[in-house]
Amino acid sequence: MSGLLEVRHLEASYGPTKVLHGIDFGLDAGGIATILGANGAGKTSTLRALSGLIRRSGEIRFQGDRIDGCATEDIARRGIAHVPDGRGTFVDLTVEENLRVGAYTRRDSAGIAADLDRVYGHFPRLAERRRQQAGTLSGGEQQMLAISRALMLRPKLLLLDEPSFGLAPLVVREIFDILRAINREQKVGILLVEQNANLALALADRAYLLETGMVVIAGPAEELSRDETIRRSYLGY
Amino acid sequence: MELFWQQVLSGLATGSIYASLALALVMIYQATHLVNFAQGEMAMFSTYIAWALIQAGLPYWAAFVLTVAIAFVGGVAIERIVIRPLESANVLSLVIVFIGLLVIFNSVAGWIFTYTIKTFPSPFPAEARFTHGYISAHEMGMIAVVLVVLALLFAFFRFTSLGLAMRAAAQNPISSRLVGIRVGWMLALGWGLAAAVGAVAGMMVAPIIFLDPNMMSGVLLYGFAAALLGGIDNPVGAVVGGFIVGVMENLVGAFVIGPDLKLTVALVLIIGVLVVRPAGLLGRRVVTRV
Amino acid sequence: MTPGSDHRNRWGVAATAVVLACALPLVLSNYQTFQLTLALIYAIALFGLNLLTGYNGQISLGHGAFYAIGAYTAAILMDHYDLPYWATIVPAGVVCLGAGFLFGLPALRLEGLYLALATFALAVCTPQLLKYKLIEKWTGGVQGIVLLKPDPPLDLPISADRWLYYFTLAITVLAFLFGWNLLRGRTGRALVAIRDHPIAAETMGINAALYKSLAFGVSAMYTGIAGALGAIVVQFVAPDSFSPFLSISFLVGVVVGGLASISGAIFGGLVVEFIPNVADSISKAAPWAIYGIFLLGFMYLMPSGVAGALRVLAMRKTTRQTQGAHVAPPLTRSTGEVPQKSQ
Repeated sequence: MSGLLEVRHLEASYGPTKVLHGIDFGLDAGGIATILGANGAGKTSTLRALSGLIRRSGEIRFQGDRIDGCATEDIARRGIAHVPDGRGTFVDLTVEENLRVGAYTRRDSAGIAADLDRVYGHFPRLAERRRQQAGTLSGGEQQMLAISRALMLRPKLLLLDEPSFGLAPLVVREIFDILRAINREQKVGILLVEQNANLALALADRAYLLETGMVVIAGPAEELSRDETIRRSYLGY
Repeated sequence: MELFWQQVLSGLATGSIYASLALALVMIYQATHLVNFAQGEMAMFSTYIAWALIQAGLPYWAAFVLTVAIAFVGGVAIERIVIRPLESANVLSLVIVFIGLLVIFNSVAGWIFTYTIKTFPSPFPAEARFTHGYISAHEMGMIAVVLVVLALLFAFFRFTSLGLAMRAAAQNPISSRLVGIRVGWMLALGWGLAAAVGAVAGMMVAPIIFLDPNMMSGVLLYGFAAALLGGIDNPVGAVVGGFIVGVMENLVGAFVIGPDLKLTVALVLIIGVLVVRPAGLLGRRVVTRV
Repeated sequence: MTPGSDHRNRWGVAATAVVLACALPLVLSNYQTFQLTLALIYAIALFGLNLLTGYNGQISLGHGAFYAIGAYTAAILMDHYDLPYWATIVPAGVVCLGAGFLFGLPALRLEGLYLALATFALAVCTPQLLKYKLIEKWTGGVQGIVLLKPDPPLDLPISADRWLYYFTLAITVLAFLFGWNLLRGRTGRALVAIRDHPIAAETMGINAALYKSLAFGVSAMYTGIAGALGAIVVQFVAPDSFSPFLSISFLVGVVVGGLASISGAIFGGLVVEFIPNVADSISKAAPWAIYGIFLLGFMYLMPSGVAGALRVLAMRKTTRQTQGAHVAPPLTRSTGEVPQKSQ
């Protein structure tokens, strides 16, 4: 595995409790990988570890450079945009302010304006509500907002934590289509954590199955979705 | 009737000071969920610095601007050096640290500048104009200066990206980190701004209550009351609360209980707000998860 | 080291301390004895504050007010009603028990920071309240009340200062014994439970509201008794002696001595009495600068105070395990983070 993201022997803990016991995974530039697993398997913790939000050890390489010792802000500034579980919306800021704050670290105002337009193009509903307080948006709209805010960073890697959570199927499909489009057009790598394995495997190239903090299965997404035993025992369908 | 309007107007003037202090308190509270007990003493110390600069020969407004700048830097430094290491400490430890700062500022001011009461100049002319004696020029000037400062702050937070980043950092530090904002520095800037606002308040009120190390303790108390009344997490509330408290202090003092117990009004207000409606007039009701 | 012998050790240390305390005035001057008396008085006050803040987690920056109430109660009883000095202790305690309980009731709605704010406001208002014209008849207004120095009873051949010292010492020992007994029993456990996990405590059937108000009351009672003794020993009460800085010096004493620690009150009392004396010679402002540095320094370096540090040293020598319950655990912050217990 060479490319955008390479992770070796990642361990992570909340206080004294270890939740990841040395996992390996990776992503090529422009690729899409998904991490699947049941509740408590460590999926969200993996993304948090990548972003430096929890205590971690191991080797994390982004575009060849080690980032496992970096602070969260610096990881974001390198071009990794993390859409956290719960969306992390700035509820008291307006929609547009949320987007602008996503571009805070950038200096190119022309590029920011262009990205703003592009994001409104993907999600016209956000454009309609641009002056509204973000806390008043519906769940689906907040998810769109969260993804858009991440895109305003012009990231090379997008970390998505359960984007389908709590959303109506139609909305979810809309969002996943847009994710696919973003990946293809802007060559943004996507690392997707999902409970909805069906959706995730349809989008991703590679899949990793996590169980109590360890990778139990890794391989091309297509293979996992075709394998009956895996599907039935681990993915629930 | 004339007395009533006099009290109202001069209440608005002192209210502007309470509003400034309340705003400083709210700014720090929003970002850290902490009340800076030392805010008053920091303002007092800044005012002494201004006094020293003026004594050294600087013209008033030059000393004013320089003091505000020094206060800003001082606020940033205190956050980085004193407060930062205790980021995750418990409430009691932090309260103790704030009280420690209060005590240090108070005593160092007494040490350097002695406890003799000093006069502090007002940049506004001594004769009252436009107002037929209802309100002095200094009081009007106070209100004007404070309103200008508030307007500048409002514009800064609303229209600049740094202001946006500071608001974001105060609301949601984790999400702010995820977009690359250095939350620690945003906190420090918040402290700097709060200290600067406090310095303005100190310099505006000193000509009236005279300069001495203990001058701000009553003002701080009213600032607390104003901040709580307006809503401890709401800057607009802080300003509104400040003016209300100022007017109320004067009216109650003039017509109800006399000037001796004015501070107790603040105490009653503080306890009253905390018990009856902790969110204040404009604050958000917080429901803590069990 | 078995719990039994550790226990016996503690009693041994305490007994030695009391014996030492009795012997001290014999080698010290009258004035030094007077200073020690004040240190004991502060220790009683600090014990009260510690009960509330250390063991029960309610922050009070306003205990100077209760000290003042106790002092003025004693002074008024002696000056206006000619009560003998020893008869004023109990009434002062009772008045403060009531005052503390009453203040504790609205305080029930206030947590951590807000309680600190409210009590701080109380401290700032106290001098002004004491100067209030309407009660000047009783309080003597700005000038306060001057009292007569009590004579030793039965014409005992010791100086008044030494007598007052032993009088205070006796009350201190009684107060500490009563408090120690209170804290090691159900009440103490309930208080600590309320401090650490208020919701869990409630679900276990502990009436948090009652305990918290009682804690306020008892804590105020201790401080009030100290105030009464202070009035007797200093023979003077005046509003400006009870400024917010008194409350702050109590806070310093509790922090330096050690939160949630009985012996810490003694250390704290010594600090509150002797630091100003030592530092006053440098400058009028100096004691407070030192207090401020202490407050900051202890928070960073020795959060459990002197008593805590000594305990840790003693434990390291005798046993491998640290008894976490004695170290003052952190209060939760209003942001809702649950702190990790440091073991």
